[in-house]
Amino acid sequence: MAGKPSEKLLKRVPVRKRPPEIRKHSFDEVSLGYNEEEAIAEASRCLKCPSPFCVKGCPVQIEIPAFIECIKKGDFSGAIAKIKEKNSLPGICGRVCPQELQCENECVFGKRGVPIAIGALERFAADYELRKGVKLPKKAKSTGKSVAVVGSGPAGLTAAGELAKLGHDVTIFEALHLPGGVLVYGIPEFRLPKSIVKAEVEYVSRLGAKVKTSVIIGRTLTIDDLFESGYHAVFIGTGAGSPWFMRIPGENLNGIYSANEFLTRCNLMKAYVFPEYDTPVHSGKRVAVIGGGNAAMDAARTALRLGGEDVRIIYRRSRDEMPARAEEVRNAEEEGVTLELLANPTRYLGSKEGRVEQVECLKMELGSPDESGRRRPVPVKGSEYLTPIDLAIVAIGAGPNPLIAQTTDGLKVGDDERFIVDEQGKTSRDMVWAAGDIASAEGTVIHAMGNAKTAALAIHNYLTK
Amino acid sequence: MFKVKAPEIAKKYKAGQFVILRVHEKGERIPLTIADSDEMEGTITLISQEVGKTTTALGKLRRGDRIPNLVGPLGKPSEVGNFGQVVVIGGGVATAVAYPEARALKGAGNRMISIIGARSKDLLILEEEMRRTSDELHITTDDGSKGHHGFVTDVLKQLIEKQTKIDRVVAFGPAIMMKAVANLTRPHRIKTMVSLNPIMVDGTGMCGACRVSVAGQTKFACVDGPSFDGHEVDFDLLMARLRMYLDQEKISMQSSTARMNVAGEAYGR
Repeated sequence: MAGKPSEKLLKRVPVRKRPPEIRKHSFDEVSLGYNEEEAIAEASRCLKCPSPFCVKGCPVQIEIPAFIECIKKGDFSGAIAKIKEKNSLPGICGRVCPQELQCENECVFGKRGVPIAIGALERFAADYELRKGVKLPKKAKSTGKSVAVVGSGPAGLTAAGELAKLGHDVTIFEALHLPGGVLVYGIPEFRLPKSIVKAEVEYVSRLGAKVKTSVIIGRTLTIDDLFESGYHAVFIGTGAGSPWFMRIPGENLNGIYSANEFLTRCNLMKAYVFPEYDTPVHSGKRVAVIGGGNAAMDAARTALRLGGEDVRIIYRRSRDEMPARAEEVRNAEEEGVTLELLANPTRYLGSKEGRVEQVECLKMELGSPDESGRRRPVPVKGSEYLTPIDLAIVAIGAGPNPLIAQTTDGLKVGDDERFIVDEQGKTSRDMVWAAGDIASAEGTVIHAMGNAKTAALAIHNYLTK
Repeated sequence: MFKVKAPEIAKKYKAGQFVILRVHEKGERIPLTIADSDEMEGTITLISQEVGKTTTALGKLRRGDRIPNLVGPLGKPSEVGNFGQVVVIGGGVATAVAYPEARALKGAGNRMISIIGARSKDLLILEEEMRRTSDELHITTDDGSKGHHGFVTDVLKQLIEKQTKIDRVVAFGPAIMMKAVANLTRPHRIKTMVSLNPIMVDGTGMCGACRVSVAGQTKFACVDGPSFDGHEVDFDLLMARLRMYLDQEKISMQSSTARMNVAGEAYGR
């Protein structure tokens, strides 16, 4: 390691963003990413630690110092090749991974100064390759084995990419009409452009994975049908697609959406360009978004772009407990979203016609920590207050979709309805593996990918033993 | 009414299930109930009424055209068993859904009394098919152009008043009709199943657009239904939610060259 770093080295090359005043009226991507000069400057800060902590912080163990070194030397093709040894979806991860909690959190610069912008550099390398044309890695020769991958979100795409590279015949089954799962229905264009998702799905297809859309496993075909039609193994990555509601009075009034529905209408169905696209969505001037995660931030910022004037996030704990990425909270606030912390809705009031008009909230205070380690919100008696709203979006989380569990014998689920799996992602059913939100509650794209990769290797070992 | 080649769906289909389809790249996803299937031929039969932009576009399709996105069969199949004497009610285009149900119930050994109704005789569908699967068929028209002049509920009321043995009622139609049916049978404690038709987006339980209140609990019609106990359904909520996009539907129709024909239930299956 070099000697004492200079003051200049401690500072990060800032990532350019569209100014809040402009971006809050536009669905264009907020972050502009690094140009070549900025990327090289940022890469030059890396100390190339001999036993790098950042790699340990990465759920798919990308050789981070090695790819950064390539960028520093101007070898951008080498950088992306290095990343893709471990990660098939770098354009997506560079944008939506919570790097501040993972690789960047481990960076030695974190102790003094600002960690290397690993995520921004990953995105830079991925975007460089997209402009230049994506190269395919060497593929193993065909094993003659076929694998069905259920779901085309982060877990499914990762498993499919890994298995295809290893020479298996892979088919992805997707319930919706477009592949990508939460990457297309959930995460908005301004945070993850759909052209990036499309390109990375294409990459997985070019590795040899076939994609069948509009097929629901659990209805159109069952897991048993897949085995009957000759698949040697099944990977399930169906995510957490079933939205939770608070089950409070008035929650079914018109003008109250789940975050999933609001975001699906806007992202997958492009309701923000209605009536050019047929699917409508209600927008509101006064919008309440319930919850403190990334979906809440995405929904609030989308509502703002649809013409929201007073968009508030109502969250029952304090800012420190918010599960959303810090950067997304900052982006939301910069754009004009307000945070109404330590408040929890108790009911909605509506008009005669059944449209929401008010939300009643109760003030909360923080008590002792709960099982999640976060301080438990405790209601303040008699503190109810009313806020006029014309749109509410419930973004308090989602559980697994029950269709596969309901239609497959021998597939054990836990109390939270997620599949019970071992460390390799193996379910209780022979020849069936699972990863991502259907099998664990971690809830990030990269964890789904990390676990999917482990499961894919376990499938490979099983098929080639 | 049209047949669509969809071998996988045809093979899995059971009475009460539906599909979601999209007619073009910028189109909406709408649910349509499956009226029939032919596993040998690999086809399903769908019936839709031209009330919105998508159903109007569907009406313009010609033999050999492709529907770009079609997914199913969705929803839980209806409960089919030998209940004894069953009254099946089909209102308007929903007769298309009543028919496979009547056939399945007949096949299970029930004695079938069917009531089908429409605004006028030209809008009656599947009359012959319903006659074949029923031991008794009643027809009603709002304008009196055929059969009883009035509503399907008038006939049901007469049956109840004549103390006809009714072990179960199964109703398909506009929400207002199903509500009236449920209100009629409730005091007599006649088990009444209804098939709900809320607005849907994905149809797989992912969005919650189709949430309905049943026995005070929120259910997703696409995965928990669409068939529910009519005595437990909050029909007023269902009707309010069906009106959620009427204004947008008008804008959507105006923006296309399609014929304006926005009925009370723009999204009726």
